[in-house]
Amino acid sequence: MDRHELHELGDKERRSRPRLRIRCCTAAGCLSANSQAVLDKLKHAVAAQGLEDEVEVCGVGCLRLCCEGPLVQVDPQEVLYQKVSPEHATPIVGALLGGSAGVTQGDPKSPFFALQSSVVLDNCGFVEPERIESYIAADGYQALAHALHEMEPGEVIDEITRSGLRGRGGAGYPTGVKWSMVAKHAAARKYIVCNADEGDPGAFMNRSVLESDPHKVLEGMAIAGYAVGASHGYIYVRGEYPLAIERLKIGIKQANKMGLLGSRICSLPFDFTIDIRIGAGAFVCGEETALMASIMGERGTPKPRPPFPAETGLWGYPTLVNNVETFANVPGIIRRGAAWFAGIGTEKSKGTKVFCLTGKVKNTGLVEVPLGTSLRHIVEDIGGGCPDGKVKAVQTGGPSGGCIPEDLLDTPVDYESLTALGSIMGSGGMIVMDDKNDMVDVARFFMNFCMDESCGKCIPCRAGTVQLSRLLTKIIDGRALNEDLKRLEALCGMVKETSLCGLGQTAPNPVLSTLRFFRHEYVSRIKPPTNGRPKPKVPAASADDGVYTPF
Amino acid sequence: MAEAAKTEVIKKKAGPAHPSGDKRFKLLEVTMKRHQFRSDALIEVMHAAQELFGFLEVDLMFFIARYLKLPPSRVFGVATFYNLFSLRPKGEHTCVLCTGTACYVKGADALLDAVEKLAGIKAGETTEDGKLSLVTARCLGACGIAPAVVVDGTVKGLETPDSLVQQLKGWLPNG
Repeated sequence: MDRHELHELGDKERRSRPRLRIRCCTAAGCLSANSQAVLDKLKHAVAAQGLEDEVEVCGVGCLRLCCEGPLVQVDPQEVLYQKVSPEHATPIVGALLGGSAGVTQGDPKSPFFALQSSVVLDNCGFVEPERIESYIAADGYQALAHALHEMEPGEVIDEITRSGLRGRGGAGYPTGVKWSMVAKHAAARKYIVCNADEGDPGAFMNRSVLESDPHKVLEGMAIAGYAVGASHGYIYVRGEYPLAIERLKIGIKQANKMGLLGSRICSLPFDFTIDIRIGAGAFVCGEETALMASIMGERGTPKPRPPFPAETGLWGYPTLVNNVETFANVPGIIRRGAAWFAGIGTEKSKGTKVFCLTGKVKNTGLVEVPLGTSLRHIVEDIGGGCPDGKVKAVQTGGPSGGCIPEDLLDTPVDYESLTALGSIMGSGGMIVMDDKNDMVDVARFFMNFCMDESCGKCIPCRAGTVQLSRLLTKIIDGRALNEDLKRLEALCGMVKETSLCGLGQTAPNPVLSTLRFFRHEYVSRIKPPTNGRPKPKVPAASADDGVYTPF
Repeated sequence: MAEAAKTEVIKKKAGPAHPSGDKRFKLLEVTMKRHQFRSDALIEVMHAAQELFGFLEVDLMFFIARYLKLPPSRVFGVATFYNLFSLRPKGEHTCVLCTGTACYVKGADALLDAVEKLAGIKAGETTEDGKLSLVTARCLGACGIAPAVVVDGTVKGLETPDSLVQQLKGWLPNG
């Protein structure tokens, strides 16, 4: 398929659309609230009233306001129905001709929607994820065709570098630099890997992107393949995301059939194939060296870097590993130019970031804002604040991140500001906590998570997380002395400094950040010192007391 | 004569992949063949095996090891590393509780307590009569409807201990 045919297909798809369009969310959140039945009933209702020529009913990706699902939106009237059940289908179709459907309506112009800006999610909720034509009608694969026809691989990398795009998986490494590192290695084979092993609890951005707009990620990967000279790519998806896997499979099949993936893409001498690899439930596989081990069918344990994957990756060949959201940013940058992208965000953090706003907040769901937006704006204006009680802290970055207290919510969300506060941007989970949440307990929750998910390869992480968790339990139970608090802090530093991979290096972050901002919650549970009086009878040290006995 | 030899060969080829004669082994062999018996397809093959058999029996792991030309230790090592692979049979019904952060903040621990008390088992166990398996998951990605639970493959959101106990009661003798 060449560019001309691509344009034609897009035009044809756009022309064939009737005036009225009913979009029903069929991403995992709404599906679990029975949106498939709603979609079927809507189609029936339209057929029953003989409106097939005037109304199109389509299942689309995430409509973002997950807590009010299933969501149905009607264009061009911009009516948003919330908590729709299958029985509501007939009244909704009836209301197309005038009148009210009597179904709870949301306001598509409310701050939750109006204050967001879409780059990664611009198609999300508009295109039908299981039909490539729908993506092509939204200018899909234009960027790939443009890059292949008009640009040299080096120019593509320059464009990405100039855009200032940084890795969206957490660490924020400049994407252009990573690409040029892979490109400069002359090797017989190179690989592109898309990291879709979104393991952070409380984060579902990648899942939403894959379920709502899978072709965007595929297109981004193909552009990356062209830029660095790779002809094969892998998407490593969590096994817990069956719908995302299904839609990716459909997407790859359709793109292969249309000659937009596979051999001789856009009738040019460029081949790029994509395979899916399904994870089997190991958080550590989000780490790039562990992920590559898993792709090669091994236990997902990390390896020391260097050598970096860009040099020695899959089967020893140079490999480019990027996150789903990073790849999803690529087609937009190529199509609209680096300058456009660099105009969004702050000086060092360009573009937008998708966050999953969850926890004790009124509007839970998917949020995309320019980098540099303040946390308060996200939580209070977009999220609508805490439904009952007061916001106490916001947790970002999952088990590798930290808790940011309410009085620092004016912090802009960018890579540097969050790191300065002892948290990280992470993949984009944002969990709001209110005054009922106990911060020491939250710290233990994350520590237990890291303890369970530690792969056991290096001792600081394997043994350190266990000891930290026991110390935290001791504090929560009120059995801890002042020395225990000191030991906790010392051990946090040790685990952070000496662990092999990102999991261990960041595992103490939740403890350190809660110690920094909520120290009183720890101190108030410490047993008071005895001041020279005879020591009270301390219960005999048990194995659980965080006393480190090597063997 | 040549004809007879030919049928013999075909018979041999089409013979059971496993001495038990279980057809599922044949299906698994087809999956492995699709991956050209490459050892790096191990995880893919194990996913397929678990889908066919429900869990990974020791015998099944030996079978995979032999066909992919891998030491059994490597197959066992991979099977025990990943959470999604199960070495024990699952119960008739499964209840997966999400213990991700969003669900935790919204009271997933209360749900877990309620089910553990009701069924008399801990997370990761199956009731003695094999009726119910209780599993915890690290974030199902359904944080918008936290706390989320998957009962027999259906995701349910905004659960309370009472509503969940109501759903599971029927499967338990003491329910």
